Amino acid sequence: MDTVQEIKTPGKEHPATPAKEVREVSGSVAVLEALLAEGVETIFGYPGGAIMPIYDALYDYREKLNHILVRHEQGAIHAAQGFARVSRNVGVVFATSGPGATNLVTGLADAMIDSTPLVCVTGQVFAHLLGTDAFQETDVINITTPITKWNYQVTDASEIPSVLAKAFYIARSGRPGPVVIDITKNAQIQKFSYAGYQKCDHIRSYRPKPIVRKKYVEEAAKLINEAERPFVIFGQGVILGNAEVEFRKFIEKAGIPSAWTIMGMSAIPTDHPLGVGMLGMHGNYGPNVLTNECDVLIAVGMRFDDRVTGRLDKYAKQAKVIHLDIDPSEIDKNVKATVPVWGDCKETLPMLTALVEQKLYPQWIQRFRDFQQKEEDQVIHEELNPSTDILTMGEVIKELNALTNGDAIVVTDVGQHQMVACRYAKFNQSKSNVTSGGLGTMGYALPAAIGAAFGDPSRPTVAIIGDGGFQMTLQELGTIMQFKPHVKIIILNNQFLGMVRQWQQLFHEKRYSFVDITSPDFVQVAKGFGIPGKSISKREDLKPTLAAMLNEPGSFLLEVMVGKENNVFPMVPQGRGVAEIVLCREDV
Amino acid sequence: MLKQEYTITVYTENQIGLLNRIAIIFSRRKINIESLNTSPSEVDSVHRFTIVINETEEVVRKLCRQIEKQVEVLKAYYNTLDEIVWQELALYKVPTDIIAEEVKVERLLREYGAKAIVIRKDYTVFEVTGHREETDNLIKVLEPYGLIEFVRSARVAIIKDSDGFHEKLKEFEYREPGEDASENEYLNENEKVFSM
Repeated sequence: MDTVQEIKTPGKEHPATPAKEVREVSGSVAVLEALLAEGVETIFGYPGGAIMPIYDALYDYREKLNHILVRHEQGAIHAAQGFARVSRNVGVVFATSGPGATNLVTGLADAMIDSTPLVCVTGQVFAHLLGTDAFQETDVINITTPITKWNYQVTDASEIPSVLAKAFYIARSGRPGPVVIDITKNAQIQKFSYAGYQKCDHIRSYRPKPIVRKKYVEEAAKLINEAERPFVIFGQGVILGNAEVEFRKFIEKAGIPSAWTIMGMSAIPTDHPLGVGMLGMHGNYGPNVLTNECDVLIAVGMRFDDRVTGRLDKYAKQAKVIHLDIDPSEIDKNVKATVPVWGDCKETLPMLTALVEQKLYPQWIQRFRDFQQKEEDQVIHEELNPSTDILTMGEVIKELNALTNGDAIVVTDVGQHQMVACRYAKFNQSKSNVTSGGLGTMGYALPAAIGAAFGDPSRPTVAIIGDGGFQMTLQELGTIMQFKPHVKIIILNNQFLGMVRQWQQLFHEKRYSFVDITSPDFVQVAKGFGIPGKSISKREDLKPTLAAMLNEPGSFLLEVMVGKENNVFPMVPQGRGVAEIVLCREDV
Repeated sequence: MLKQEYTITVYTENQIGLLNRIAIIFSRRKINIESLNTSPSEVDSVHRFTIVINETEEVVRKLCRQIEKQVEVLKAYYNTLDEIVWQELALYKVPTDIIAEEVKVERLLREYGAKAIVIRKDYTVFEVTGHREETDNLIKVLEPYGLIEFVRSARVAIIKDSDGFHEKLKEFEYREPGEDASENEYLNENEKVFSM
């Protein structure tokens, strides 16, 4: 390597704050100084040829920057996502060029659609080799353009401080999202006159927050005050906007029943008296049906995903819609807003709260309770208290709730277990539910849980994963083995790709096409990685094993064998309206 | 809502890769771009895209919001034909001998305001500036006389009601942009515009 001797040891004498005097540093050192100045402590990454100068510089920063070596770059980016989701910090990823960078693609798409702030630094071939099909060269900028909030290729080291400052500012401000900075190897090696790091807080072409228009806030308050059956639906915007308190004050003063999207879950405690449950395809009965009976629908920081709305032409047609969002492109995108309230909900919610009247809607809330009871009788009771010996996913979550008191971070993968976990998990604190909502990325949970455990080590992190999804990224058990984050892994094993199987049963005449998945002995696999584990299938083992798992000082893998052909209900079948939600198979 | 021709004007920073970022907003939604032009604008350092598509107003409004969402885009406007002044430039290569012989061709070229920009023994290149229908018609007219090559530029357009971007840019350079953050301020201002 010709790079090694060129890179000077940065040493501890250089503070991360803007230095007064200009000094010569390499691009690689400038990258690491930028991270320190942005308050980064943890990096998830994987080295390779084109990013070696940065890793070489990192050798001297290993006391200040905690680098977690993952087993696959997809693991790095999902870990950074989990880290960002629980800590509200920007997740940072290092990957090399070519395959290193392309392995980030799924995570970038996931972070883009779920608005997760990330800065991913990828190595790139030398600038003079760009476009020559050099070894491990890929056009990373163009591959990642549709799935990044911003991306930029650096070919000259002197650009690095300002580009990274922009990257962090863009990733975390406004509606957050992933940023890719692709740095050619020559720029990593090149020395330049470094005058210190200047944080970015303004880009003239970029408006993170639209200006709040008082007129619309007033109109919204008027609609709310005149409403007889108002209904609040909220998404991750409340969490991303750090507006949990403002949101609670708003609904508590206005007395409005409120339902969360999967991404908004945990913004208010799940047992909040005004919380009426989860929206969407496998959400709760009442909030889905009553969406089509409310007279004013107040959407806060959510984007009317098709999994929430079902058929759009049958969605809340009777209601006047107030839409609070920081992203102007979300207004009228799927559901037409009667009153759009552009802005950061941390600012708009208090304005609205000041103007709304203190109210209670006992009869209207009772309607939600009635539906809740019906759902309890027809679905929930049997799921949580099964009449057969076979374990259900729901009872695992119920027992877990009892043991964690709703204080755990719950990370879920994608599929039936995800829906069951989100339906039944109890949360007391915000930023507790980490899941791949928009993209539905199987394989997300294990690495995301690793990231979450680093992002908030003060709380237990429980990853709930299906037997299919676990096999997509189980190599990250190696990361747990080496870096020892405390992750409690629960595999809910139904020996099927359960959600696809459910659809094949309901909509494809039970033609089970390639959903029968064989699994290894997960406990043995974990053992190979030095992680203790246990597999259970009997009810009497459930509570004690869960308790033992949570008491385990480090990580633990628990496999729970559950009913093979259990289905998740209620369900809004695809192509139907939210009010056409069904409670059982016979009604599909 | 009916589809019609909209001209989108986008003011941007001059940044490599931005053309792709803007183009994929259309291709992702399977929308065909009829014409796309990039050029400098009235403001030094600010770039101007002129994009023509056939769509409903609802779709165009959503597209403009998606375009404005891009970090390096300052502003995107959309306008119908009556709200803009626009031109396209077309070049026609025709055999010189036919033109010299056929009086009719000369008359036609005069009618279309064509300007000869290269005259050689074997061919002549004419330039016509005008609207799409005019330059299209001339193709049909010249075809029987052995039109060798034809090419047309993208549309360039001026928004009738716009006062330019200088003042607007000052707003952007301030921390707080004006209230039109997501509105197209040049819509429904036709009454202010004198047209012939």
